[in-house]
Amino acid sequence: MQIQTAEGESAIALDVDKIRADFPILSRQVYGKPLVYLDNAATSQKPRSVIETLTDYYENYNSNVHRGVHALSMEATDRFEDARQKVASFIGSGSSESIVWTRNATEAINLVANTWARQNVRPGDEIVVTQMEHHSNLVPWQRVAREKDAKLKVLPLTDEGTIDMDDFEEAIGPRTRLLAVAHMSNSLGTINPVKEFAQRAHAVGATVLVDGAQSVPHLPVDVKDLDCDFLAFSGHKMMGPTGIGVLYAKRDILDEMEPFLVGGEMVLEVWNDRATWNDLPMRFEAGTPDIADAIALGAAVDYLNGLGMENVREHEVQLTQYALNAFKDLEEDLDLYGPRDVALRGGILSFHSSELHAHDLGTFLDRQGIAIRTGHHCTMPLMRTLDVAATARASFYVYNTESEVDVLVDALKQALTYFAYGEQRAR
Amino acid sequence: MENNELGNLYRDAILDHCRNPRNHDPLQDPDSTGRSVNPFCGDEVEIQLSMDGGRVTGVGVQAVGCSINQASSSMMAEVLDGKGAEEAAAMAEDFRRMMLEGGDERELNGLGSLEALNGVREFPVRIKCALLPWSALKDALD
Repeated sequence: MQIQTAEGESAIALDVDKIRADFPILSRQVYGKPLVYLDNAATSQKPRSVIETLTDYYENYNSNVHRGVHALSMEATDRFEDARQKVASFIGSGSSESIVWTRNATEAINLVANTWARQNVRPGDEIVVTQMEHHSNLVPWQRVAREKDAKLKVLPLTDEGTIDMDDFEEAIGPRTRLLAVAHMSNSLGTINPVKEFAQRAHAVGATVLVDGAQSVPHLPVDVKDLDCDFLAFSGHKMMGPTGIGVLYAKRDILDEMEPFLVGGEMVLEVWNDRATWNDLPMRFEAGTPDIADAIALGAAVDYLNGLGMENVREHEVQLTQYALNAFKDLEEDLDLYGPRDVALRGGILSFHSSELHAHDLGTFLDRQGIAIRTGHHCTMPLMRTLDVAATARASFYVYNTESEVDVLVDALKQALTYFAYGEQRAR
Repeated sequence: MENNELGNLYRDAILDHCRNPRNHDPLQDPDSTGRSVNPFCGDEVEIQLSMDGGRVTGVGVQAVGCSINQASSSMMAEVLDGKGAEEAAAMAEDFRRMMLEGGDERELNGLGSLEALNGVREFPVRIKCALLPWSALKDALD
């Protein structure tokens, strides 16, 4: 069925029952109740094809990559590099040389902080981040700023949890060396206009790093269109395994960057007293890489391409709209954060009750089979801004359904009653 | 509520202490103060003690956080009054043992109303919530 998306493009309505059947874990029960998995911003579930790709590697061609002359090593190398090419195409990068394997988005950002930033950030320079950054896109820049005597600027948020363009313009200037910004907030769901940010940042000569940990799994992301210089993301949030992540960098920038970790695999020639560096992207991949997980991330990309990222996004837009409507029943009891316009947000709903602590709520929902996350979501500075210690967060993926949202909302109502009227509650 | 385990965690006594926390007002001019924070969840407990001749003569406890933390704080405040410093420290140790190892009957009897928190043991990720006020107490006694 053709449907019109929020962005005015056409998408195909996905058969969610069919999708769910591809994820073995979604049929399990928790405390005798069907699992309602709403913790996708923390990590996604994995389709059978990804799990089988892992098994296939270990059962049939487990071998170290690169330089091997035997059949297994050549097979492993081919599939490993094939996965890199799939990831490159998935984010619209023409070249797989721009794709560096890391453990996760955090390591990708640390790589940039330890190489590019060490070489390029100078005393008095400014690094601009936002108030909604995950610790992984904040703490590395705190350290760079301290070590380089640079200034870290934090863009404030509007009441809806977005960045005001006037604030942005005011913060960006000739001293801005780097803009490091989340594409989608893991705590608020806010989608930042990173394309526009990148244009304006480039106009003043700044470099742009986009934290795509939440966006790449859920939105069509095209690095050429965004024109970002760096994009960091994790495999495990996009149906891939844990332990594999990606740093995309523009080729000319990567070319000028010093290696991060040094040792085997990243060198070309080695003497007793010196070494020369390997070609891109291997120069940034010291030691035996995470071969199985990289190949399985390739399988996850195949799966997402099979669904179509436009369709994934549209499913989540509709589900988020449904959830926002359902949450209206709860607005007297719960504060909901982030933009109300689904075009400006992803499927992440963070909420807080002054009567009911997030951890009590999390435990209550858990016993009904509902998995959500409670806490600071690795965004402590944001929690301070919101003046809460913790929030509860439900986050969707393409396999979640409106009936699961109903189960959540119903359980939230029960929880509010349970904790408000404990003495009279039924046993 | 059909879920008995949940009812065992959130017993009426716990919800009562949570809604009506005992000894909640901060003490003026305390002899000793303590504080404990769980950065993981943002929960925080502050405690003030008045001591006279080695005995607790006044307690103030302010807990910010989940109901288990608040109830444990309130119950602790209630049982501390009149205890000797060593007795209070031993009680903290008994409570910790009840949470982590189950504790024996003598220990459970000695803890009185705190026994209501025994159900927390079935929810391992919540044990630290119950222990937080007790580390604030330890801070105040040290």
